[in-house]
Amino acid sequence: MSNQPGSVYSFQSSEEKPETHTISVLVDNEPGVLARVIGLFSGRGYNIDSLTVSETEHEAHLSRITIVTTGTPMVIEQIKSQLDRLVPIHSVTDLTVEANAVERELAMLKVAGKGDKRVEALRLADAFRAKVIDTSLDHFIFEVTGKQSKVEQFIQLMQPLGLVEVARTGVAAISRGPEAMAE
Amino acid sequence: MSREKKTDKTGTEMTGAQMVLQALADQGVEHVFGYPGGAVLPIYDELFSRKDVEHILVRHEQGAVHAAEGYARSTGKVGCVLVTSGPGATNAVTGLTDALMDSIPLVCITGQVATHLIGNDAFQECDTVGITRPCTKHNYLVKDIDSLSRVLHEAFYVARTGRPGPVVVDIPKDVQFAKGTYRGVTNSQHKSYNPKTVGEDDRIEKAVELIAKAKRPIFYTGGGVINAGPEASASLRELVRLTGYPITSTLMGLGAYPAADPQWLGMLGMHGTYEANNAMHDCDVMICIGARFDDRITGRLDAFSPGSTKIHVDIDPSSINKNVRVDLPIIGDCGKVLDQMLATWKKRKPSIDKPALKRWWSQIDQWRERQCLAYKTKSDVIAPQYAIQRLYELTKDKDTYITTEVGQHQMWAAQYYRFEDPNRWMTSGGLGTMGYGIPAAVGVQVAHPDSLVIDIAGEASVLMTMQEMSTAVQYNLPIKIFILNNEYMGMVRQWQELLHGGRYSHSYSEALPDFVKLAEAYQGVGLRCEKPGDLDDAIREMIAVDRPVLFDCRVDPHANCFPMIPSGEAHNNMLLGDEAEEKGVGDAISEQGKILV
Repeated sequence: MSNQPGSVYSFQSSEEKPETHTISVLVDNEPGVLARVIGLFSGRGYNIDSLTVSETEHEAHLSRITIVTTGTPMVIEQIKSQLDRLVPIHSVTDLTVEANAVERELAMLKVAGKGDKRVEALRLADAFRAKVIDTSLDHFIFEVTGKQSKVEQFIQLMQPLGLVEVARTGVAAISRGPEAMAE
Repeated sequence: MSREKKTDKTGTEMTGAQMVLQALADQGVEHVFGYPGGAVLPIYDELFSRKDVEHILVRHEQGAVHAAEGYARSTGKVGCVLVTSGPGATNAVTGLTDALMDSIPLVCITGQVATHLIGNDAFQECDTVGITRPCTKHNYLVKDIDSLSRVLHEAFYVARTGRPGPVVVDIPKDVQFAKGTYRGVTNSQHKSYNPKTVGEDDRIEKAVELIAKAKRPIFYTGGGVINAGPEASASLRELVRLTGYPITSTLMGLGAYPAADPQWLGMLGMHGTYEANNAMHDCDVMICIGARFDDRITGRLDAFSPGSTKIHVDIDPSSINKNVRVDLPIIGDCGKVLDQMLATWKKRKPSIDKPALKRWWSQIDQWRERQCLAYKTKSDVIAPQYAIQRLYELTKDKDTYITTEVGQHQMWAAQYYRFEDPNRWMTSGGLGTMGYGIPAAVGVQVAHPDSLVIDIAGEASVLMTMQEMSTAVQYNLPIKIFILNNEYMGMVRQWQELLHGGRYSHSYSEALPDFVKLAEAYQGVGLRCEKPGDLDDAIREMIAVDRPVLFDCRVDPHANCFPMIPSGEAHNNMLLGDEAEEKGVGDAISEQGKILV
């Protein structure tokens, strides 16, 4: 789905390769605004790889939505212009293109086990600089922060060591340097 | 109570229902198309005593929205709709989607159940903002009386600025009763929605340079020029005449450039002319103004105008590079950008390549000689094309507005009725809504009570919103419904002939009503014509009647709409009427093409 430019007349998939982009969207924190964004993605067949939302400026009632999406350059361009024309959206920043962004995700992993596996899990957690936020004699809950790839890797390593379940926040991202992302 | 306008910060105390009417009046609304119901009764109560806003009672909410569309498109103003909650709102959805696809400015006010009942599955409750989110430009649920007047004014601002579109304001019944402070129209800038209207100067310069250097240029314009107002059409005419270049337009853009002008090539696209489509295919510079490279226009994308440099002027950045990658995008209002181009052209006085242009025109003349709109006439049965041509000849000198339904008759109207001015042609282009024509004609006639308003219809489409005849009779709106009755859903039948081996599955209009008697039942006038020789007199009679008319024009049931770009083919691979007749149309569409719509 990710590589069609949106016409009934494009038989063959486009030769453009799909890319992954992180898009930061500043919106009015009003009812329905997230539904507008998600509805746009589902209605037009765009992908959502990850999505995080939270109010970031309480006084101004502004929220920041960080979306990681995959598509051909033409589709990515469409996603940005389609987002930008929604009325309650203040700004759309493509952090993959416009800024050398810092991206982080937080994950919490519940790992149950005893003996060697338990020791190994703790050793690896140390290597990944994951924190233990809850524990009993039978389990740990680790908190790990980092790039998506790091979180991904940590989860994979925990798999054979008794991983029970994972909760992830999705990616939050911000541009480097002293300037704000967009007006 | 006093309803004096106050635009200062103090505001005026009134109820929500009064605010609705006051906001409409302050926005210059003279007519509202609507249908009452439980959740809008307080607003209807206000309408009862109010004289400055006239309410037109339709027979179905879909009709209200199409009527407002016709009203908006023929006047350039924002159309206004008032419907109740639940079924009132859901019935409006088709019209709202239609307006969104065709960029028609509308404000639709929907009643909602009281705030405390929302989410309770209350009687006549539906999630109006949820349902209309994807089919409006924007929508609002107003739960707080103090934000109502701001939201109403914002709704009008959003509907008419940028790329126009429909806006829904959903107002719970308790908010309509509540008292609060009304504030008038302000000029303050919107905090997040401020569309760009003026093109970037360096791009305008670049565009003028490209246009001047072109050897095989073409202007390809669309509904955006109409939406930008009559001044935009005037500027377009000036620029096109200054350059001497050929011009074609989409279905939605007809009338922006006069059809009588020698530079006009006719409409382009699936049922466009041979000359327009071939010129699009072979051009070296394409100047697209206010059109969106829709699939009806482009045909097969990978073979769409392969060698051209494309300039695209559009107010909506998301229309740019959506289907077709363009070389020079200019974001801005068509009228403003055209004026900028004109100013730059006049300042720089560029010299154009006259010999190349002459060669280009002689090539175009060869395509024109192909006479792609020629058709066979018979003495005993009316050819639908002939019916439109006669209708055109007999109405062209009058103050005429045309609406249509959707299907073959719509394409024939676009091909054979010639439009000299903008805002005279109302049709459902993007959504292709059968049943658009009668209510749209009602809306046009409300806006232009002394003009001749004709709905060119098909016998199948027209039955979808026939009940609006009753509206026309009630308000003495002498609309003329000119039905090309071929006893088939003609375009469906044509596609079944082309794609499905002539198996006419459920496309025959069986058990049709007697349209003359039907007209009489509605207290309108019914006319019927079956022979080409009687047609002119019958049309004259229709025009002379000062009441709503249903004209049952019996036409050749087997006529197909040509020329046609078969699905999945390129512009230079058109199917023409005479060819199709010779070799049969059964295998005109490839296997790949058959899956397309």
